[in-house]
Parts: sequence; structure tokens; C-alpha cells
Amino acid sequence: MDLSYNAEYEAFRQTVISFLKAHWPVPDSAGEGAADWPRPKKEAWFRKQAIEAGFLYRGVPKEFGGAEQEADILKATIIRDEFSKRRAPMEAPGIGNMMLVPTLLECGTQAQKERFVAKTLTGEYHWAQGYSEPNAGSDLASLRTRAELVEGENGLEWSITGQKIWSTLAQYAQYMFVLARTEPDAGKHAGISYLLIDLKAPGVTIRPIKQVTGGKEFCEVFFDDARTPADWIVGERGQGWTVSKATLAHERSSIGGAQTSVGLFEKLLSLAKGVNYQGVPAIEHPVIRDRLVTLEGYVQSHLYSSYRQLSMAAAKQNPGRITLMNKLINTNIGHMVADLAKDLIGDAALTMPPIKGRAEGHEKWLNQFFGSLGVAIAGGTSNIQRNIIAERGFDLPRDDAQE
Amino acid sequence: MEFLLSAEQLEIQDTVKRFLAKNCESTKLQRYIDEPQNLPTDIWQGLIDMGVPALIVPEEFGGLGMELLNLAIIAETLGYAAAPGPLLGHSLCTQALILAGSQQQKEKWLPLLASGEALGSFASAETGQWFGAELALTGNSLNGSKQHVPYAEHADLIVIALADNQFALVEKSASGLSISPEDVTDRSRPLASLNFANCAVELLPNSSTEAAEKVLNTALILLAADSFGGASRAIDMAVDYAKTREQFGQIIGKFQALKHQLANMAVDVEPMRGLYWHAAYAFDREPEASSRQAALAKAHLCERYLHVAREAVQAHGGIGYTWECDIQVFLKRALFNNAYMGAPALHRKRAADLAAW
Repeated sequence: MDLSYNAEYEAFRQTVISFLKAHWPVPDSAGEGAADWPRPKKEAWFRKQAIEAGFLYRGVPKEFGGAEQEADILKATIIRDEFSKRRAPMEAPGIGNMMLVPTLLECGTQAQKERFVAKTLTGEYHWAQGYSEPNAGSDLASLRTRAELVEGENGLEWSITGQKIWSTLAQYAQYMFVLARTEPDAGKHAGISYLLIDLKAPGVTIRPIKQVTGGKEFCEVFFDDARTPADWIVGERGQGWTVSKATLAHERSSIGGAQTSVGLFEKLLSLAKGVNYQGVPAIEHPVIRDRLVTLEGYVQSHLYSSYRQLSMAAAKQNPGRITLMNKLINTNIGHMVADLAKDLIGDAALTMPPIKGRAEGHEKWLNQFFGSLGVAIAGGTSNIQRNIIAERGFDLPRDDAQE
Repeated sequence: MEFLLSAEQLEIQDTVKRFLAKNCESTKLQRYIDEPQNLPTDIWQGLIDMGVPALIVPEEFGGLGMELLNLAIIAETLGYAAAPGPLLGHSLCTQALILAGSQQQKEKWLPLLASGEALGSFASAETGQWFGAELALTGNSLNGSKQHVPYAEHADLIVIALADNQFALVEKSASGLSISPEDVTDRSRPLASLNFANCAVELLPNSSTEAAEKVLNTALILLAADSFGGASRAIDMAVDYAKTREQFGQIIGKFQALKHQLANMAVDVEPMRGLYWHAAYAFDREPEASSRQAALAKAHLCERYLHVAREAVQAHGGIGYTWECDIQVFLKRALFNNAYMGAPALHRKRAADLAAW
């Protein structure tokens, strides 16, 4: 056990720092009028440099636009620390990098990888997820959106018909990965294929859903004979369920980032230092101090547990059932943060934060208050997580479910 | 950077685990807790044979000179078995001598403590408080009392925490020392009260605030480690029961209510290992963070252990409420861990203060 940074890693940290000084904020030398580039262009340029330097997408092969570096937790930690200190962009956020890229790398064809991976890494391509349906939530495999191969203008095409829901930011995405039933005569799981589609295709209608926060981050997506090329299938026909399992595992682990919990706790601590509670500075009130340390016990457990898991993964050991628990642990911490924040912000809870732009006051914590409820549902609800822990972690028998 | 136990550490942990699986299985455990007045000689001798009391003793005094983490992972293993025995008090006595003893005292006692030829214990609690002792010498002798001293009746020497962060050493044969067993909750680690009437004691001359803090941190870390082991076992027992007990024509582990209860317990417990590991690591390698991490680990792990032990009793149904079901031993051990050296809320307060919030 050794958490220290030796000379090699200190040197690596210096390399990262000098890289950041030279590349973020984007220097004028980056190109014509660089100072006035829109934010996405600046980020795309920066990510390209950071990939070349070996700092972003370290696990993605160079062939597909990644940095292809040997896995090294400490280097990854140093990069994350230094990038966040300088507020430099990390991996492009969104479902594309969290779920689609790992899936394509694992199950995609050479042509699919070449076409989609690099531009998703830089943030040029945005993806939407086409999994859930109005009647297929936790029981995802009961989905009914169907696809069949038909002769189209450009040869064989998939014709997709059906409805998806809860597609995050689909209104801004260019592409979607869709689970559709292609083998109507096969069993529940065996009839599903994993398809990619251009959301600009005729027959696709996207309708944003107004959510509890008033914002519109989710969409309904309707397919009415929408077409996509025959070779935009990932994995074989009828293998979509297996392919999607690979992706859900990626989503669970990415949502489970302990560092997020640490960051959240630090923000909560700053809040407690800046507000009054029952007439005294909150941070001096014994009840608040007790609740903060109680919460910190969970947060630090999660953090050091993640150190252990990363160390085990790097040593090619299996961390065991803890990997099934990370999402629920993170979700629970999110709830506890929301609960304490709600008590700290007092009357600011009576006014909603603006849907766009930054809130001026502490009402911005309502985003955590509501958002933590969303996290508890997305990517497998907390009760589904509990089933998974009990059934896969403890080997308890599955509930009777109708096939 | 690597946050893992070494092959050597895993091996010693595994050796102790296998020893306890054989020597502290249910019937033996039940026999031990029915006779808390007796020293569990077989278990203690086994730990001595495996070198456990020697782990943290410096090599120059006949020990193995290892870091506290090595002892903590054994404490976890003992917690997993709810193994009766004096290791906690013995380790605190040893640590106090290492940190505050004179060269002469160390030469005299540490080899005996390392080899198990002498049994040590540690006296901290005074009515209602665990540290910031008020007991002080009058001249060269001691008058007053201490409570909750583990295995005091069997100890050859006891280190006593005194006012102003001083430690003193009292031997079994000292005149003016009387020992009364307490009717303890946790029979796997029985306690006794000490009374001193003009009792002759020997000061540990290198006593200091820092030494006192380190002995306290040692206790907190060992309790946290024991709690991780115990809480893990409570879950294993509840899961085993869920797999064997049948009602309504199926094993009860198929019912979602129980599955979710067990999952919630696991989500509490599994990540805690990292927190106690880090507290032990900080003791050895990050001294500036050590006191706070020890306080945080004690508060979190002992409190969660107690919670999970209660849940595990519930998961066992009626049988869980009986004396003969082992889960009660763990429940009571969790109560000990919770209270010994200060309740979780006290250590949370310390953790907040130590962070200078």
C-alpha cells in the first residue's frame, strides 16, 4: 500500500502542468481569431491537443482517435486533478463517450469505429440513447420498437417504427443508438438488435419532455418507418441485448465515480461555511457539524473504496461485488447531500433556479435536490440496483418474472 | 500508487482467518461467551504462535517491526469471527510502551509482550469519559479508579492513562490494586474496573500529548477494523440464513423486501474497508492526517456496524433474538466497539474540530 507520488509521477505532473499552461485557455497561436472561437470549437481544439499529448481517452486506441496509453491510476488522477484546477475540459461529456464509444470498441465493426469514435471523442458528434420505452423501463427487454430490413434507395436498409423515451438531450444529438426488435419470432431477449441511426433521417420526430425542474433534458423520440443503412447494426442480429449489457456496465461504472461525490461534498461544505443556521453560522452549529462528518464518512469510504477498486483493476484482480454497488453508493450520497443542502439553504428553497444560466442565490441547490432523484432512476433505478446486488452479489434467486 | 494489501499481508490475514474458522466456530464461540471470566487460552496462544502480538513491536525489542496496518487487518479478521481475546488491550499497552516508555522499560517489557509471555492491558475510561483523564499521582502513588479495562484480571501489566497525557504502568502484583469484573455486554472482550489505594505505579517517562494521541488513534483504528470484519460477517450470516430458511414455499432470500434489506446493508459495509485501510495507512505514512482519519473511521465504521448488526438480527427473525444464535455476539461486540474510547458523535465532533471547520 503506497499512496505517495514518486519522482516519476511528480515529473509527469509537471508535464501536465506545462501542457495546460501552453494550451488552456486556448492560445492565440491555435488559429485565426482563436480568442473569439465559440466555446465548443475551443474545447474541440484543446481535446485534440490533449489526446496527442496522451492525457485524454487514454484507454482508446490511437487508430480511432484515442491516446492509447497504458492504464495508470496515478497518472489518471494527476491529469484529473490538474485539469480541474485549471478548469480545462476533460473527456467530452455525454452518453456518446460514456456508453457508445466503449460499446463500439468492444462490439463494433472496423468501419463503425472509424466513422464514429474519433468525432465522438472530440465532442463533435452528440449521441442520444434509444433504450427505454413508455412500457419498457426497468423491464427494458420487453421493448416493442421494431426494425425490419427493407429494400431502399441505397440498397438494404433498416426500417424502424416505434417510440423511445427518456433520451437525454436527444434534441441536440445527431445520432442515436437504438435497441429494436428485429426478430419478432425469437424470445424476449434474443429478438433485439442494436442499431445506429441519424436523427435527421425522415420519419424521426423528437419531442422534449418538460421535467420536474422545468428544464427539458429528456425527449420522446418517435420513429415512423425511419431508415438507417443495413450495416449500421452493432453486433449480430438478435445480439443487441448482449451488446447493450456491455454498455450498461459502462454507464453504471461511470455514474459511480467517487470523485463526483467528493466534489459534491466540498461544495456542500462551502455552502455550510457561507450560510446561517438557526441564527449562527451553519458551520459552527453542532448539528450541522455532526451531519457533515456523518456524510463525510460515507464520502471518504466511497473514495478509498474506489482507490482499492482501481488498484485491483490495474493489478488485473477482480474487486468482487463492490462493483455492483457503486451506483447505489453514489446515489445515496447524492440524496444525503440534497437533504443537508435543503436544510442549509432555508427559504431559498421557495424559489426555483432559472432553467438556463446560473442561479444567483442558494436556490441553485434545488438542482441537486431534484437532480439526485433523477440519478436514482437513470441507468437502473435504486431498487433495480438492490436486486442486482442481491441476485448477482449474493447469489439469491431471481424474482419470478414473466418471460 | 497502490491501495492494496501486499501478498505478505494477505497471507498472514488468511492464516489467522483459517485458524479462527477452526478454533472459533460456533460451538467454541458459544462456550467462550458462556465463560467470560476465563481467558480464551487456545485462541490467544494461537495468535501468539502466529506472531500477532509481535507485529508492531520494533525488531530491537524482539518484535516484527511492522506498520499498524498489519495489526489492523488482523483486527478485522478477529472481528469477522467475533473472536474472544485480549488483543485490543494488549496492543494498546504495547503501543503506549513503544511510544512513551523509557529504554529500560521497553527492554524489560516489550520482548515479553511480543512473545506473549506477559499479557498487557490498557486503562483509559474514568466515569463518563475516555480521554482527558483526571486521575493523577499523589506523590508516587495512585488513588482513585478506572473503568472498562479489558481482561484486567488476567493482565500482568496495565498501562494507565493519567492527567496531562501521562502514562503509568502498574503490575499485577502491585499493592493497593484491586480489580472487579464488570457484568459486561460484550462477553468476547470482558472488562473490569480498577481501584487504586496508595497503589505503586511507574511513570512512562516519555509520555507526551503526541504519544497519547497515537495510542488513542491506535485504539480507534483497531476498533474500526474490527467493525468492518464484524459487519461483513453479520451480512454473510444474514445472507446464509436467507438462503436456507423457507416460508410460503420458497427460501426467504427470494423475497424482495429481504433482498433489498441485505443490499442496503452491503452498500453500507463494503466501501468502509477503504476508510479503515486509509486510517491505518495515515497512521503510518501521513501523520498530519492521522488523528482526523482515525476519528472519522471510528465514528463511521462502529456506528454502521451497530446498525448492520441490528438489521442482521431482524433478518434472522425469531432465532436472531435468542442467546444461542451467534448474531447476538456480533450485536454486542458492535455495542462495545461503538462505546469503547468514545461514542461516534464524540469522534465526529473531534473530526470537525480537527478539520478546523
